[in-house]
Amino acid sequence: MDSTPARFTRVTKNYGTVEALRGLDLTIAPGELVALLGANGAGKTTAVRTLLGLAKPTSGEVRVFGGDPRDAATRTRVGAVLQIARVPETLRVREHIDLFSSYYPHPMPMAEVIEAAGLQGLERRKYGQLSGGQQKRVLFALAICGNPDLLILDEPTVGLDVEARRALWKQIRAFIARGRSVLLTTHYLAEAEALADQVVVIHRGSIIKEGTPREIKGDAATLEDAFIDLLEAS
Amino acid sequence: MKTYLLEIKYELLKALRMPQYSLPTLLFPVVFYLFFGVLFNMKNVGSVRMAEYLIATYGAFGVIGASLFGFGVSVAIERGQGWLEAKRTTPMPIAAYFVSKLVMAMVFSAIIVLLLFTVGTLLGGVTLTLGKALALLGVLVAGSITFCALGLALGFFAGPNSAAPIVNLIYLPMAFLSGLWVPILFLPKPIQRLALWLPPYHFSQLALHITGGSRGESVLMHVTAMAAGAVVFGAIAYLGYLRDEGKTYG
Repeated sequence: MDSTPARFTRVTKNYGTVEALRGLDLTIAPGELVALLGANGAGKTTAVRTLLGLAKPTSGEVRVFGGDPRDAATRTRVGAVLQIARVPETLRVREHIDLFSSYYPHPMPMAEVIEAAGLQGLERRKYGQLSGGQQKRVLFALAICGNPDLLILDEPTVGLDVEARRALWKQIRAFIARGRSVLLTTHYLAEAEALADQVVVIHRGSIIKEGTPREIKGDAATLEDAFIDLLEAS
Repeated sequence: MKTYLLEIKYELLKALRMPQYSLPTLLFPVVFYLFFGVLFNMKNVGSVRMAEYLIATYGAFGVIGASLFGFGVSVAIERGQGWLEAKRTTPMPIAAYFVSKLVMAMVFSAIIVLLLFTVGTLLGGVTLTLGKALALLGVLVAGSITFCALGLALGFFAGPNSAAPIVNLIYLPMAFLSGLWVPILFLPKPIQRLALWLPPYHFSQLALHITGGSRGESVLMHVTAMAAGAVVFGAIAYLGYLRDEGKTYG
């Protein structure tokens, strides 16, 4: 059986006449954090949606641990933080986690989830009473409570202040340290630099550069300079 | 199994913690009943006391409201805001999501009917035997299935903000034209004929078969109409679900 956490093979996705993905080839290895970096509209969210079985590739193939991303068996091994407009606000933090944990065959104990997501002391708070950063940490908790081997984070730190962003980075690193894999989309270059083993820069649905943060940076002073150079060159 | 129970538990908690949404659904039919059935004291419908007649029709009215709002509007909102999609990335059985909302609508329906019984007995001089009361409760709660299917169909085609107004636009005229507010015999003949095509009419007639005051049409016809409604609305809801999938998964 294929144990590769995620594999995109020549994936294209068209929405009407819009080509959101144009022949994406991408592999995430065990224990690796891959940052998918790109401007708004580059195809990051579409890539995430195909990986979660929420969108079907127009052509090509997406495999998660060798399986179809839509299968329940595959989904037990994956957790995700999506960009959601609203979450039921009257349920408490521990109630949300309790419910999501029940979806998985081998969930993490509640106390571990709370700790891993940095939610100590907030268990009895209602979701609607939390700050933006705390709400993101609840979504992170819901993504990891099923003990997944692959975590997918779609712009998890958008709109967070520096402190909340750093706190979430710490939790992501702790997750990776246990040998799991992460696909992270972001348009914060510092985030990719701080977390990623591999950075994949996509532009208009295809990869324009990939490598370690150091390789991407090359001779440029910062990753940001390198990114701008790349976009101008393509 | 545990997932199903937890989904139900948290649906109930959500409703309890949002009394601004749940209380109107529960109290609206009771207030209407109090007004028309008890205080207004209209003349009898044939040999049946108005307070008894209207307990059946306002019971139907309340159940339909609980089903359309509790099911339809809440699906439309959670779907529109991306919460349903977030759940779909998990291995949650999708049925658990819908079953919990169906149970929720049935619990609400039962509460509404029991409130009507209480008001009717204490203030309206209604004397239903225990057997009749239980039969009425059973018919009214079971009927919520048809209207949950309608709610679901609306929930899949309406946006999160337009769902509630659309539901009202369908719910209130349909209730009136089916004779849920004012007995059908008091309505003009053309409306009486039109009502034959409206599911709430058949629903209320089934309830009236128990309290007395039905028009004596065949029970089988009413049951068939309710079942056909459930199938048609369910099919429309399913198309909406496929359309949703297609939009994202096409």
